[in-house]
Amino acid sequence: MTSITVPKVKKTKAQVSELRQKRRAELWRRIKRNKMIYLMILPGIVYFLIFRYLPMYGLIISFQDYKPYLGITGSDWVGFAHFERLFTSPEFWTIFRNTLMLFGLQIFVYFPIPIIISLMLNEVRHTFFKRGIQTLIYVPHFMSWVVIVSISFVMLTLDGGIVNSLLEVLGLDKINFLMNADWFRPIYILQVIWREAGWGTIVFLAAITAVDPQLYEAAKIDGANRFKQMWHVTLPSIRSVIIVLLILKIGNVLELGFEHVYLLLNASNRNVGEIFDTYVYVAGLQQGQFSYSAAVGFFKGIVGLIMVVVANRLAKAFNEEGIY
Amino acid sequence: MQKKARKGRMSLGSKVFDSVNYTLLALIGLITILPFIHVVGSSFATSAEIASTQFLLFPTKFTLDAYRFIFSTNTIFRALGVSVFITVAGTVWSMFFSILTAYGLSRKDLVGRRALNFLIVFTMLFNGGMIPTFLVVQQTGLLNTLWALIIPVTVNAFNMIILRSFFMNLPQGLEESAKIDGATDFGILFRIVIPVSLPSIATISLFYAVTYWNTYMHAILYLSDSNKWPVQVLLRQIVVLASGFSYDGTSYTDVPPPEVTVKMATIVVATVPVLLVYPFLQKYFAKGALLGSVKG
Repeated sequence: MTSITVPKVKKTKAQVSELRQKRRAELWRRIKRNKMIYLMILPGIVYFLIFRYLPMYGLIISFQDYKPYLGITGSDWVGFAHFERLFTSPEFWTIFRNTLMLFGLQIFVYFPIPIIISLMLNEVRHTFFKRGIQTLIYVPHFMSWVVIVSISFVMLTLDGGIVNSLLEVLGLDKINFLMNADWFRPIYILQVIWREAGWGTIVFLAAITAVDPQLYEAAKIDGANRFKQMWHVTLPSIRSVIIVLLILKIGNVLELGFEHVYLLLNASNRNVGEIFDTYVYVAGLQQGQFSYSAAVGFFKGIVGLIMVVVANRLAKAFNEEGIY
Repeated sequence: MQKKARKGRMSLGSKVFDSVNYTLLALIGLITILPFIHVVGSSFATSAEIASTQFLLFPTKFTLDAYRFIFSTNTIFRALGVSVFITVAGTVWSMFFSILTAYGLSRKDLVGRRALNFLIVFTMLFNGGMIPTFLVVQQTGLLNTLWALIIPVTVNAFNMIILRSFFMNLPQGLEESAKIDGATDFGILFRIVIPVSLPSIATISLFYAVTYWNTYMHAILYLSDSNKWPVQVLLRQIVVLASGFSYDGTSYTDVPPPEVTVKMATIVVATVPVLLVYPFLQKYFAKGALLGSVKG
């Protein structure tokens, strides 16, 4: 390939600096014109700096032996001692396993449910019925975890809970759901499904409305019945939305709902229910090991960040729009 | 469109499909809502019925004893007062900051807009965690004040981004013509942008209001004084720890109603405000949630 070389016009130093000055003046003019806008943003930015970024700076206490009366500047440095303690403690693997288990339940048990429900809702032809079901299944999303867990508690409790009364009527043995560690994970994921599955359909339903109706016509001519249309037309059409949401979910691997798990924990299920967040709470605020628990939180945060970045890369590799 | 295309004579298979589908959906809807009906029903039941009936959705005899009992204590009024305060004050406070930030960042001609955006989005990907945040709340002197439930969560990055994209989708000409007429940036925001964005602002306000009403975690992290507990913490105390209402010191003189109905009634009281706004929520929320889930 031949290229035509354009003789470069050498600018003199004076010209360059003049150009720079002009640019700077222009930039300054644009900033000044919007000074009121900067004033508007200021309170919000100050909030983020104090309550979001200052805690990030505060993470340096995880490399210290932080003493509240000495403060960050006065406390001794201990290097990676707290991280070493975390990785060598037997609790680490318990917490790691518990976190992984709940995450697995979220991905393999919870995640498909909103997709299935939205496929079913899409097949409903009576708008009134569809709206009615939607209204009902969105409700639990607006309830606090305290309410969700409280309702489960009164229904599952051994003395007088409706579920155990039912078991008794059926001639079965009563089950102590709340104090039995084996029931922790089923209860956790059932509550997640109850609260979020209905609300989770919204994004899939929206994606389904974009499906080309001609595809159904073509499928029908090929002799596809309703179920096959759902399976071979609707589902593949929302594939990209499913992938993006799955990746988002994977990115949130460690956000299993501190409040939810904390409310479910009791002395008898702690060995299956303790996750990183609840461990941080107990070690930090109940036992006062600020530095150690900050280190645990730091580790969790870094893993979470890596997962989000990797998940986003994956989304882009799948030719899907990333999340940021 | 798709509905029309599929009309016409239905095959037998299609009919079977429909009846299975409708039945399953009705079941899903029913299962979702039955626990709430059970709770509401039990809260009105008499002690005799609670003791005798095995299965209870609607009591045959209604009584308000459980409600009379919990409202005879100061505890519930104090907790409801706290919750109402943080919901109202918190929503106004959060909306003030969120609108200003979202509008500012929606202006495309702003120098440094991308950097400022990133500053906020990054907080959704990484945060200092519970302990360092606790230390900041402690240092700022908010600990054990109701403002600890509000100020540390002033702007929700997610809500701000939703609001910002609403503002960005407003027609450009609106602002420009106002600018030509000599309006200031604040004038444009308050006289033009906010009035035309009221539905979106209502949506985000309701998001904040529900979050504030449901506040639990921050209360147990930052408040040690039980007189400042919001209703969610009280509910937790009553249902799981079976403490909270002191039986003495109330103006309730009859035999106290069964513990179960008291628990049920407290759940209802903590839930009703959300259920009352739910019809309004539903209309706006689906829209907001949709935007929120696509934009990140």
